Amino acid sequence: MADAAVDFAAASTEALQDRQLRTNFRRAMDGLMSKRAVQFADQAEWHAMRALGASVRLRALAKLPELLERLEETCTRNGIRVHWAATTDEANAIILSIMRGADARLAVKGKSMVTEEMHLNAFLERHGIEILESDLGEYIVQLDESTPSHIIMPAIHMNTRQIARLFRRKIKEAEDTEDVARLTDLARRVLRRKFAAAEVGLSGVNVAVAETGTLCLVENEGNGRMCTTVPPVHIAVMGLEKVVETLEDVPPILSLLPRSATGQPITTYVNMISGPRRPGEKDGPREVHLVILDNGRSGVYADGELRDTLRCIRCGACMNHCPVYTRVGGHAYQAPYPGPIGKILVPQMEGLEKRGELPHACTMCNACVEICPVKIPIVGILGRLRSEAVHAGGSVKGAGSHASRAEALVWKGWAATFASPAAYKVATLAMATLGNAAPSALPLLKEWTSARVKPRFAPESLHRLAAKKGIPDA
Amino acid sequence: MNSPDASAIPRPDTVYYFGTCLVDLFYPEAGMAGIELLQAQGLRVVFPQGQSCCGQPAYNSGHRAEALKVARAQLPLFLEDWPIIVPSGSCAGMMRRHWPDLFRGEPDEARAVAVAGRVWELTQFLVTVLRVRLEDKGEPVRVTWHASCHAQREMGVVEEPKALLRQLANVELVELKRERECCGFGGTFAVRHPEISAAMVGDKVEDIAATGAARVVSGDCGCLLNITGALAAGEVPVRGQHIAQFLKERTHG
Repeated sequence: MADAAVDFAAASTEALQDRQLRTNFRRAMDGLMSKRAVQFADQAEWHAMRALGASVRLRALAKLPELLERLEETCTRNGIRVHWAATTDEANAIILSIMRGADARLAVKGKSMVTEEMHLNAFLERHGIEILESDLGEYIVQLDESTPSHIIMPAIHMNTRQIARLFRRKIKEAEDTEDVARLTDLARRVLRRKFAAAEVGLSGVNVAVAETGTLCLVENEGNGRMCTTVPPVHIAVMGLEKVVETLEDVPPILSLLPRSATGQPITTYVNMISGPRRPGEKDGPREVHLVILDNGRSGVYADGELRDTLRCIRCGACMNHCPVYTRVGGHAYQAPYPGPIGKILVPQMEGLEKRGELPHACTMCNACVEICPVKIPIVGILGRLRSEAVHAGGSVKGAGSHASRAEALVWKGWAATFASPAAYKVATLAMATLGNAAPSALPLLKEWTSARVKPRFAPESLHRLAAKKGIPDA
Repeated sequence: MNSPDASAIPRPDTVYYFGTCLVDLFYPEAGMAGIELLQAQGLRVVFPQGQSCCGQPAYNSGHRAEALKVARAQLPLFLEDWPIIVPSGSCAGMMRRHWPDLFRGEPDEARAVAVAGRVWELTQFLVTVLRVRLEDKGEPVRVTWHASCHAQREMGVVEEPKALLRQLANVELVELKRERECCGFGGTFAVRHPEISAAMVGDKVEDIAATGAARVVSGDCGCLLNITGALAAGEVPVRGQHIAQFLKERTHG
């Protein structure tokens, strides 16, 4: 990731021009929205499930430091080696040293957004280790030398034809077909060979249970289980917020996650990992490592209002329902987490100086808030981030970096005018005269009139009409 | 869920009217129509001349001190315990849902919370409290309804405006395919991200045109500015109108 500010506006403008991309996203998001709606057709059930999901996450966050300590203790007791990483660099270094200890040349990986956050693949390749994505979507994206455009469906921006072309270009044994079953079969054949050869398997963690030291992983393809059971060493990576207190806290999340994400009542595979292979067991890795990453999360945690960001269970429903995401797709955000959750999470992790524009990539329509299964007040948090971006001294990294004297002056003038009835009266008269005479080429008006005609101020304000008609003042 | 509790207030004799700045500047006839609809129900409507804006533009841009200053100037205008009727879901949502946060920890917090608790979106008040029965005096017409995001998701107003339109015998209401999707206005969003906003309003215009309606009716002037501006730019022959003005036209003959 470049150090300069990331230009969402430029990237989204480019994305909008790609007609195929827009069609792919619209179709995919429409499908996901309707599938989710079927799962939550019963409103009473939805409200009950959601309240339970939110309470599980809230309770876990309320005792997060304590639960993390317990998780380390129970995992260690189970034979899982726990590593702590404050930064992505530290996490990458830890993983590299485990791999070197295992003489690894090839690693297979299940889906994990945290490792995208760490740019782990590029890091390992720089150090001479081949790493293969085994989730079909991730595999496609990796072949395409790109990044996921969605946290649940990484290759959702591509259609079958594009994927078939990619396979032909990149896989020697590919045949000329657009048949989904045959394309999937081809990927499976390639992946199977790698599962058997890899010295290390990597995975994410959907939920970690403090009480029992259990790592829960959900997936649909079975590749995740191959990664965590076939290679002799398994490394799981998680953000420090993923912990819950007890095993009983897991089912509500397992129920909300797939329903919200893909509209499935449950995923095909639920893996519960409680340690390495034990004497007498026929399979499983000989070593299991858990890397717990902070990367700015403890800073988010420290602020009572921003902490709600960490409730996220990474279902991606906010993306599926976001009218902005639907138009521009995930790559425009140039971040591991796109869409509404990305707009609040990424600026907090990477700093407002670099990502201060992201919270503005939103009409505040609240569609994301309405469907979030754990009730994250996404729009409220991005309002707070907008405020932090223009005021120094806040708790978010880079607070005040977008403070512009000109903008501050405009709002001061606005407040002075709108807080004084006399000033407001004069200003509305002036606005009507000047506003209607203003040329469309002026800044702001130019942007507005790129797709709309210029609005006309009314000759008489409601204040004057009401006075004329004798509507009482007080 | 977010709506004020109708059973908690008896039918009042007098109500306050908060016109909002966009109505004041761009749609004053819609504002007057709202007042007249309330008067037609036998209510005394008070319009405090000192009012200006709910503070939302600054609040949403991250300038909360300025939003607070403007919101605070509105408080003394609504001293009596009367309902405050707002012909805009967005401004009603700002006052009802966000003023309590905006004033948190301020000396006048309790007063702001009390004022916020009396705020109603116009159609919500007409249906829930006044239980209006409308008589249609107009010619047959096909219309469609644009739902504003904040009316739906902050004020919980979804069915009320459509229920009012359905009371009109000669009005055929055709619902949009994507009724609940944002039109792309979003205040400063429309000029900060003009291309995305244009794509959103472009899709909305297409959806509206596909209904074959002669008019698109909405309860929010921000959306109306955006949608009617795009309809005109695309030379789509559909008229946009605020629901208050439409209802007044239909019922006053």
